[in-house]
Amino acid sequence: MAPVIEVADLVKSYGGRRVVDAMTFAVEAGEFFGILGPNGAGKTTALEIVEGLRKADSGTVRLLGESPWPRNLPLCRRIGVQLQASSFFDKLTAREQIRTFGELYGARREAPDELLDLVGLGDKADDRTDDLSGGQKQRLSIACTLVNDPEVVFLDEPTAALDPQARRNLWDLLRAIRDRGCTVVLTTHHMEEAEELCDRVAIVDHGRLLALDSPTALVRALDVPVRIALVAGNLDAAEARAVAGVEDVTETADSIELVTRTPAPVLTELAERKVLEGLQVHGATLEDVFLDLTGREYRA
Amino acid sequence: MTGIVTLIRAIAKGFFRDRQAVFFALLFPIMFLVLFGALFADPSSSKSSLDVVGKVALIEDLSPGAAEAFDQQFTTHETDDLDRALKRVREGDVDAAVEQRGDRVILHFSQADRVKAATVQGTFSAFVDGANLDASHVEPTYALDLQQVEDESLESIQYLAPGLLGWAIAMSATFSAALTLVTWRQSELLRRMRLMPVSGTAILLARLVVSLGVALVQTAVFLAISTVAFDLQLTDSWWAAIPLVLAATTAFMAMGVFCGAIAKTNDGASGLANLIVMPMAFLSGSFIPLSVAPGWIEAVSRVLPLRYLNEGMLDVMVRGKGPSTVLAPLLGLLAFAAVVGLIGSRLIRWDKS
Repeated sequence: MAPVIEVADLVKSYGGRRVVDAMTFAVEAGEFFGILGPNGAGKTTALEIVEGLRKADSGTVRLLGESPWPRNLPLCRRIGVQLQASSFFDKLTAREQIRTFGELYGARREAPDELLDLVGLGDKADDRTDDLSGGQKQRLSIACTLVNDPEVVFLDEPTAALDPQARRNLWDLLRAIRDRGCTVVLTTHHMEEAEELCDRVAIVDHGRLLALDSPTALVRALDVPVRIALVAGNLDAAEARAVAGVEDVTETADSIELVTRTPAPVLTELAERKVLEGLQVHGATLEDVFLDLTGREYRA
Repeated sequence: MTGIVTLIRAIAKGFFRDRQAVFFALLFPIMFLVLFGALFADPSSSKSSLDVVGKVALIEDLSPGAAEAFDQQFTTHETDDLDRALKRVREGDVDAAVEQRGDRVILHFSQADRVKAATVQGTFSAFVDGANLDASHVEPTYALDLQQVEDESLESIQYLAPGLLGWAIAMSATFSAALTLVTWRQSELLRRMRLMPVSGTAILLARLVVSLGVALVQTAVFLAISTVAFDLQLTDSWWAAIPLVLAATTAFMAMGVFCGAIAKTNDGASGLANLIVMPMAFLSGSFIPLSVAPGWIEAVSRVLPLRYLNEGMLDVMVRGKGPSTVLAPLLGLLAFAAVVGLIGSRLIRWDKS
């Protein structure tokens, strides 16, 4: 089966600066694909070229086998797009927004109330959008992208302005959308979000694609040691250092931390000694991969 | 053209649920009518006040018909104190004082208010002349029959109402088109619709249909209130103003599209629309009749769409001209709408940046 999205050598410059620089990637059907990068990395521009909102300077884009530029209406009917701003009609209720968007697509397959239930706004159907919270607006906005039963859904930083709780609520919704059989492409600058949701992550900075793989593979490739923390007192530092595979040991008032690149045998050994009380294991996260690839310098 | 009906419904709901917008479109012009009506209230319609000092045989001996006419023109107050009466005239408490010495009737007036002075002099000398004629028992050779060219009930409201209505329609149509464009661009709704099977033409047409509807509601409400509460008298072919209102609204919307295409923010769009609509209202005779305006204003007004709406409405609603008089302004307005609308729609940007 051909990929849903194929991007090759994509280039876009503004005022002589390359915002998207030779990007090449493909997204498979049913995949949850993340584009991860700091603000200003070129995520949104790349996404908008794929959606058909902007024209690439050079390179090719195939979306569902077709070119999204110039404006391709049959293609528009097959995709759902959420832009960064919540785009609603003034003074309409949640149900009216969904109905309006649906009618504009000429699609009446999905009853508005079913979609509202899906995004958890069933009891807000008659509320005006001005009265919804930030998280509720995002949910409604996502519901609006689903009115035409799209094959691919593009979400541009859907959780950017949300508090942690609302963000986690939204993750469940995004997983539910993928489970409906949609291919989902999302941009984010939250490592945790990419790690939690995405099958594969493209790490982007300064318009360039730095790495592309599943979050687990990216983390594994980094070869960062695992830190094992135990309750202090069950094991002293000398004993800990003696365990095969342990590279370093640090002690604090209430815990002792072992650093190892072979966590499996070390944990087995610790289990045999029955000292696993209060066990905490910290592996590398996507954040480590990200910082390793993009550097740590401060960005505005 | 799918989606036009949907967009019309969405835009119309957005308007009618916005209490401020509805207030400005429907009630604000009525407030202006009340204000201007008070300002331009017809001074000749009120009676002149007169202090009658001592015994004035002229007034007492008026024939029954003349006495009735006298009571319609003057409210009198009888006194014996001449000095006090003169003081009241000087201070403007009363328009004039009259006394009679033998056969001489003396009218004391103040030149401070020239209009009142002239009125009271003219009216009073008419009664003196009439009394003289009666006393000489001569049949008058000439008779004067006064006939006003406009509707006999003509008052300032007749001229004010069409102009204010034109101004209100111009405001609503221009602002709503400009603000819809800018707000939708700001909220990225315009870009969102680029990715939906909705054409730019459909968006503009839907906006136009709602604006036309709002203009008709404005016209109906304004004329209803003016007729019932302010005694506006519409002449027979007033209905010919309806096509005029629709054509003018299209022209104003074209101006709004132009403003909304150029402006980046809501404030910018309102500022620009104000900058165009307010001077246009003054120059097109919405607030002051064009007949009293200097020549250059008259000349400038010929390129402004609001002038043609105002003059056309005056013609068919007040001056009693036939419905065919609106044809020329109608065509002019549509031509204006086509030219400005074409330029404006070429300038529309979908993106914020």
